[in-house]
Formats: sequence, structure tokens, C-alpha cells
Amino acid sequence: MIALIDYGAGNLTSVRKGFAAAGAEIFSPAGPADLAVATGLVVPGVGNFGATAALEGPWTGAIRQAVERGVPLLGICLGMQWLFDGSDEAPGVPGLGAIHGTCRRLTPDAAADVKVPHVGWNTLSAARPGRLLDGIPAGSQVYFTHSFAAPVTAEAVATCTHGSDFAAAVERGHLFGVQFHPEKSSDPGIRILRNFCSLARG
Amino acid sequence: MLSKRLIACLDVRNGCVVKGINFEGLRDAGNPAALARRYNVEGIDEVVVLDVTATLEGRRAFAETIRAVSRELFIPLTVGGGIRTEADAAAALDAGADKVGVNSAALADPSLLSRLAARYGSQAVVVAIDAKRNGDRFDVFARSGSAATGRDAVEWAVEAEARGAGEVLLTSIDRDGTRAGFDCPLTAAVSSAVSIPVIASGGAGTFEHFAEVFTAGRADAALAASVFHFSEHAVAELKRFLRDKGVPVRC
Repeated sequence: MIALIDYGAGNLTSVRKGFAAAGAEIFSPAGPADLAVATGLVVPGVGNFGATAALEGPWTGAIRQAVERGVPLLGICLGMQWLFDGSDEAPGVPGLGAIHGTCRRLTPDAAADVKVPHVGWNTLSAARPGRLLDGIPAGSQVYFTHSFAAPVTAEAVATCTHGSDFAAAVERGHLFGVQFHPEKSSDPGIRILRNFCSLARG
Repeated sequence: MLSKRLIACLDVRNGCVVKGINFEGLRDAGNPAALARRYNVEGIDEVVVLDVTATLEGRRAFAETIRAVSRELFIPLTVGGGIRTEADAAAALDAGADKVGVNSAALADPSLLSRLAARYGSQAVVVAIDAKRNGDRFDVFARSGSAATGRDAVEWAVEAEARGAGEVLLTSIDRDGTRAGFDCPLTAAVSSAVSIPVIASGGAGTFEHFAEVFTAGRADAALAASVFHFSEHAVAELKRFLRDKGVPVRC
């Protein structure tokens, strides 16, 4: 069973619906101890990076332990940013630090019609082969809604451009992250959730 | 490249989709869940469900319609009409909405936008603005276009952004239901003044109208109802038309 960690950063109705469409059995852990039975972890989240402060302490400890056991983790949107060292949006709040780098604010550019937040369907550019985006055709578009973004590092499997390039999807071992919302990205999004479910089954 | 979004609007009254002309003379266009299912297949980028009579009649956005529509969709869903309090927003989001559109209630108490943004994130907060031309400026109206507010549309959009709104749904009262084209000067004025995305609404009649509002109107998204409701090929044909015009759209 995949644990969908609800730490109060936004509404999870659509995420639950997306995983149901992908054929996954998910549960909402009541506390960090419940992660002991999880075969996969999903860290969702929308809004301010400061909200991830709720993960500090016992949650982060339990998440680290699960990851050390080899349990795959998928961070979505804010949950992906949390995999990094931190974000300029909330400098005092540390991320998991599994991927090095700091998330920074996208820069608006009126002349180039670049608005922030970045809202809408944008194109994925493959950075290197990976498991999470298996079967997603080149040039697929997915739904983004965010103002801060992670830098393009060696962990990036897909990038996106909005004013500048940022990491759209990352993989490091069995840690995965997507800046976009697969649960709102129609067929490619459901395919990505299904890919993660397969990874979480081992 | 970020695509320009095409958004289908389902104006819902008593559980049925209707479409008014200048907010009056509503006519039936079908079942909300059935339309949502069709749009999802046809490739619409987003759906908005508005309870068109909620503000006037004081009704709450109906959770059942939202639930039925959201079951059909794996694209963003915005719900508006009758969102007056944080509790109303919570009910809509719990029923499956990804964003809530706030109009009259935000005009009455602009801090509602900040409270919703703090709780759900700006990406979930859409400020809906109904504007009417007045000489070379645009006046904001509340309560489904029935109540003048004395506010200027551009100024209100700027304030709403500062208070935490993540998008503007901008409806031209003059053009709504006329099929005479979007109000491009209105849309461009607001879009140039804010850095959040602006959804143009009101007046869609031809494919050319969409091309105009995405270029001269500087819109990030365009919303329509009847243009999409009455033809099953409209979305794909419109996207092909826009692509040929050089407007980026999702395939």
C-alpha cells in the first residue's frame, strides 16, 4: 500500500482520485509510525514551502527510514521541492536534502509573456532516461502551477522552460519527484502515477 | 513553451448546464457530468463550473454537481458561484475542485482572498471579476453583474493579486453571451497590469475571436461555453486553427 502523507499543505482530493485511476491502493497514515507498512510514499503539497515545516522531526525521520529500507518515494510539486536542500521561499525551513540545490523563484518577464506563477500546460524535455517517465512520448505536455522551482541537476530526468530552465522531474535511486501535477495532467499524468505504482510494488 | 489554455465553462443552475445571454434568458445545454466527460475526451485544457444563480439566490455551490463533474476529469477544475466563506471553499475543494473562483464575496471582504491563499495556496484561488466598459475604463460589478461597486477592474485585479489570488477570471459583461468577440482592450489592460494569469471570458463566437484574445488581448487562457457545448469537434478544430496561427496550444 502506498502512503499519501497529508501534512496539511493543500487539498488532496485530486491526488487520491488520480491514484485511484492509476489502480493504486493508497492510505493516509495517521502518524509517522504508519509508514512502517508502506510499500511506497507520496509527499504531495501545494502552496508555500514553509508548509513543509510540518514534516520536520518525526515525519522526516520515518520517511528517511522508509527510504533507507528501499521504499520508493514520489514528491509532487512542493513535495518534489522538499527533496532538495531548501527553498528561497522559506529559507529557515530545511528540505530533505536528498538532492542538492535550492529552489528559487521563477522570474516574470512581461516582454516575453512569462508570468509567475507558472500556470498551465507546458512541454517536458527529456534530460536523461528514467523509470518514472517510462512510456511518456517526447513533447508531452503536463499541468504546472507553481512560483518556485528546483534547479536542473544531474538528478533531472525532464526539464521545462518558463523564462528559464528548471527541473520538471527528478530521480535519484528510488526517490522521484515531479514539479507538475500528474493527477491533473490527463493521460500522461495517469501513466506517470501508474509507473510509480509499479515501482512501489517492487 | 507554455500553452494558451482553452477552458470550457459549465454554467449550472439547479443541476443543469445552462448558458445565458447577458446573464439572462438561460437555455438548457445538458448534464454537467456528461459534458465534462465529453470535454475530457475532446482535449479541453480545463473546466470551470459556475453556479450562475448562487449569488443572486443566496445558494451554496452544490457539492453533488462538483463531485459528479470531478469524477470525469483529470484536468484542473475550478468551481465558482456562491463561494462566500472559507467553509464554502473547503466544501468545493473537498468535493473535487482544484481551485475556487471568488467574486462578490471578495469585493465585500477582500481579506477572504488572503485567508484562502494562506490556507490552500494561491494556485487554488481565482478572483472572478465581472467588468463593464465605462468610457475608456472598466467598472467592476458584483452579484452576477447586477450591482455596481465603484471599483476599477484593473485596480481591483492588482489588489486581488497582492492579496493572494493566483489567477484572474475576467468576464466582460458587455460581451457575455453575445458571440461578438472577447473584449480585447479590457483583457489586455488587466493582463498587462498583473503578473498572474488572466482568463478571458465573455463573447466567444468564432475561432478568430480566440486568436485575437490570445494575441491583442494578451490572455493566458480563454473561457467559453456555448462554442464548445453545441459541437463535438469544436475543441480539436479550434486547437488546429490556433496552432496554424502560431498560438501555442496543447495537442
